[in-house]
Amino acid sequence: MSATAVVHSLLTSAAATPAADRIPTPHIEYAQLSPVLIVLGTATVGVLAEAFLPRRSRYWAQLGITVVGLAAAFAAIIALAADGYATTRAHIAAMGAVAVDGPALFLQGTIVLIALVAAFTFAERRLDPVAHGNRVDSFAAQGSAVPGSPQEMKAVRAGFTTTEVFPLLLFAVGGMMIFPAANDLLTLFVSLEVFSLPLYLLCALARRRRLMSQEAAVKYFLLGAFSSAFLLFGIALLYGYAGTVAYTGTATAPGIAQVIDGSANLTPALANSTGNDALLLIGGAMVIMGLLFKVGAVPFHQWTPDVYQGAPTPVTGFMAAATKVAAFGALLRLLYVVLPGMRWDWRPVMWGVAIVTMVIGAIVAVTQTDVKRLLAYSSIAHAGFLLAGVIAVSPSGVSSVLFYLVAYSFVTLGGFAVVTLVRDAGGEATHLSKWAGLGRRSPLVAAVFAVFLLSFAGIPLTAGFAGKFAVFQAAAQAGAVPLVVIGVIASAIAAFFYIRVIVMMFFSEPQPDGPTVAIPSPLTSSAIAIGVVVTLVLGVAPQYFLDLAGKAGVFVR
Amino acid sequence: MSGFTFPLLTVTAAVPAIGAIATAAVPAARRTAAKWLALAFSVATLALAAVVTGRFSPGGARYQLTESHAWIRDFGVRYELGVDGIAVVLILLTAVLVPFVMLAGWHDADPLEGPVPNRRWRPTNGFFALILAVEAMVVISFEATDVFLFYIFFEAMLVPMYFLIGGFGDRAGATGDDAEEQDARQRTYAAVKFLLYNLVGGLIMLAAVIGLYAVTARQLGTGTFSLPEILRARADGRLHFSTSSERWIFLGFFFAFAVKAPLWPLHTWLPNAMTEATAPVAVLITAVVDKVGTFAMLRYCLQLFPEASKWATPVIAVLAVIGILYGALLAVGQRDIKRLIAYASISHFGFIILGIFAMTSQAQSGATLYMVNHGISTAALLLVAGFLITRRGSRRIADFGGVQKVAPVLAGTFLIGGLATLSLPGLAPFVSEFLVLVGTFTRYPVLGILATVGIVLAALYVLVLYQRTMTGPVKAGIEGMKDLKVRELLVVAPLIALLLFLGVYPKPLTDVINPAVKDTLSDVHRTDPAPQINAVAKETAK
Repeated sequence: MSATAVVHSLLTSAAATPAADRIPTPHIEYAQLSPVLIVLGTATVGVLAEAFLPRRSRYWAQLGITVVGLAAAFAAIIALAADGYATTRAHIAAMGAVAVDGPALFLQGTIVLIALVAAFTFAERRLDPVAHGNRVDSFAAQGSAVPGSPQEMKAVRAGFTTTEVFPLLLFAVGGMMIFPAANDLLTLFVSLEVFSLPLYLLCALARRRRLMSQEAAVKYFLLGAFSSAFLLFGIALLYGYAGTVAYTGTATAPGIAQVIDGSANLTPALANSTGNDALLLIGGAMVIMGLLFKVGAVPFHQWTPDVYQGAPTPVTGFMAAATKVAAFGALLRLLYVVLPGMRWDWRPVMWGVAIVTMVIGAIVAVTQTDVKRLLAYSSIAHAGFLLAGVIAVSPSGVSSVLFYLVAYSFVTLGGFAVVTLVRDAGGEATHLSKWAGLGRRSPLVAAVFAVFLLSFAGIPLTAGFAGKFAVFQAAAQAGAVPLVVIGVIASAIAAFFYIRVIVMMFFSEPQPDGPTVAIPSPLTSSAIAIGVVVTLVLGVAPQYFLDLAGKAGVFVR
Repeated sequence: MSGFTFPLLTVTAAVPAIGAIATAAVPAARRTAAKWLALAFSVATLALAAVVTGRFSPGGARYQLTESHAWIRDFGVRYELGVDGIAVVLILLTAVLVPFVMLAGWHDADPLEGPVPNRRWRPTNGFFALILAVEAMVVISFEATDVFLFYIFFEAMLVPMYFLIGGFGDRAGATGDDAEEQDARQRTYAAVKFLLYNLVGGLIMLAAVIGLYAVTARQLGTGTFSLPEILRARADGRLHFSTSSERWIFLGFFFAFAVKAPLWPLHTWLPNAMTEATAPVAVLITAVVDKVGTFAMLRYCLQLFPEASKWATPVIAVLAVIGILYGALLAVGQRDIKRLIAYASISHFGFIILGIFAMTSQAQSGATLYMVNHGISTAALLLVAGFLITRRGSRRIADFGGVQKVAPVLAGTFLIGGLATLSLPGLAPFVSEFLVLVGTFTRYPVLGILATVGIVLAALYVLVLYQRTMTGPVKAGIEGMKDLKVRELLVVAPLIALLLFLGVYPKPLTDVINPAVKDTLSDVHRTDPAPQINAVAKETAK
């Protein structure tokens, strides 16, 4: 048979296939996916604005587009939740690809709000000194210009700013919103890439210390690619085991969960390979590894300090808050929906991961001398506390993790926003020795940062305490008492270094050449204020939010 | 009960809290206004505490003036307040001492004069606001009958206390740049040590609090932290702790309280903190905040975990006696006035803890009374010592001598404070120390005898301190020392009057304390041992 004949026969046989065997037109519930669609649509509008608007009007246009888009997405989430999609009408949309349920909507709402606050810090233009008559933000004048080159000088002199960060932020947010809602492994992988790639770019775009920023981006990209490969390989193995990438399904069209618990009607060929537990165990472990990388759990945490330190601080704040929310959402869904039948296999491993994450995060943080690295290690320790809640495998485990994520993320955003304020001639003064005596120079900023640190340390009446109590309580009720004890000890170690910073700020002599505290615009001020309000409200009156997280804590299967 | 009842206990805790915020809001330059405002709020708190005492009827229900509201349902946490006799007298003690602390520290947060004026940052409004914040948190931890509510304020109290220690040190010896640097470093060290010890204690207690929740949630269906609710459930047999879980949770609680109290060998933060803090703040630490630790042993350790308490008693009693002797011995050897008083306090805390865990009604009444009397006597001694130290600019005993010749009133009040500390009969601490020793002796004769040695040592360190500082020839630097001013007399005179009054007539206090102690002991299923003397008498009669 000649080549043309083959093609011909393929075409004709395709045409002759009975209707049932054709790829069906996907049935998409646009309304239920509207939050994600709005965010991605807004991002596309942002790209168009970047292409067609004159440079001088881009900043305000992009800021407006971003804020409106995020607000609309949040409104859509609220509308869906009010329609009962979080509880009674929760179901799986888009041909089994995306779940619309309580955890998904809760986390999407959280991510959108985080992005909104982060967008404020992205847009801050009063901190850096005016360069050549132009107000500039914390992003490079021109990302493509080689650091130190004449081209860069020209861009700076012309007053360029990288307004592309706003569409990049929105694309990342879109990916993060799908990540915890993904209901099959391919959607999971695609959404991971959708939010990771913009983040790699954003990390490289610092206005100052550009080489460090680019180094951070390359490290993040390389290690991120590595973890993506793990995830993808794991997906392949799981597919080999179950013959499907869907998380859940019915007996006749089973998802991985059904294959694992044996309730699926399997074809003989598939029944052969499902006996192969090696595929399941290795595949599951690799997928979990990919997610633990994004979470920043030990031993997959090495990227965190370098990337947090090198990235522009607003990006660090966004990344630290939103990535953690999205990744923990995905991890919860994977462990609670797909692998609950395997919990006797993964729980011991996750125990170990949680313990080393808490302990190493806390201990290594003690030796840090840079505020951003300190917060990076603290975020690792917090990932460990969160894992303690994940391990509970109970409804209170889910709701406690959801609550903790909200508490943690807004405090983190506020904390990094404060870091952007403390500056010297070289930009942000992140070395801890420069923070000495800050409490005397600007008591308000120091007091606010102290509130955030106390919340990180889990002092009562702050959000951090309520969150920590929630996850430890869930863990203790699930019988993980040793984990709680280790968590408490790690908290004590962690408290030491938070308090060391407070000591430096309030009890040390200010250095004569110390940094100044820039007066921010209402944008950063409101980001910090939101952080303080969330810290206190969730600390003093957490019941409403615990209820919300409790109601949202049921995964659709 | 129907309708609206006035939330007296909430208001008593809220007034100093509001005062703290109001004082903090006073502009930094208006130092005097901040001081008077804070003092007014502390006096208002004292008035409220007096009303609480008046409304409390000693023979009535166990917890009175109760308030109960849902707070964090998911954690089983309720906002529950209520006072028993023990809490009432301690609230009164707190409310009485704070105005004196403020008066005594009237100038402690003023800008420094000297070669480098305003080198250190001393916001006056901050100092007084922090004192009020500590008062509010201490009062509410005495009032709470919900374990979680108590825990929150037990922990949160550390933050203002930490700033008081680290931010407003003693002015002694701060001459010259290097000395000041050195001083600041030691002060920071003391503040951090205080915080870390107590934070670690508190976090271990957090694990125990979570354990308590897990036990109640498993057995009662919904977890609860309410003390009356837990006691009721245990009396009904709905709640039963397994031996091992009761012991572990007890240890978690006890560890935190033993750090706070402090019990030997967890005491090492106290001398640092008390030495580096100003005298009024040191009073706040030892006379007010530390009482929360001993109070919590009585209320939470004994009532929630009676079996485990009995199990641990021998060890705790021995540690307490070691603390009595160790604290007293080290006090004898101190060269620094405030350090000496700190070690004396450790010795006295040993008496209080011994009294609590001897588990006889006399010993526990004595221990509770001792908490009050130790508060007053230490306050008197420390505040006068503070006046002395500020005048001389040094804490070293060797720098003093012959003070009674130049400042007789100061020396006299110092002597009375000292005599109260060594439990001279006729002054308040004597009654309580005597009760503790008698109560201990009926159960643990050997420990009782050993503890008595502590009293002998107390006489030694107090009298030697007085002899070295006050008598003898007038040393250089003492000649021009001024006697007590009116403000200082206003602080000291009422405290001494209280010491004398309670030393002669402790009945008003014991009447309030005794029923509460009886209830606590019945929780632990302990009765006083049968008097041995009778048995001996019968033997001899034969």
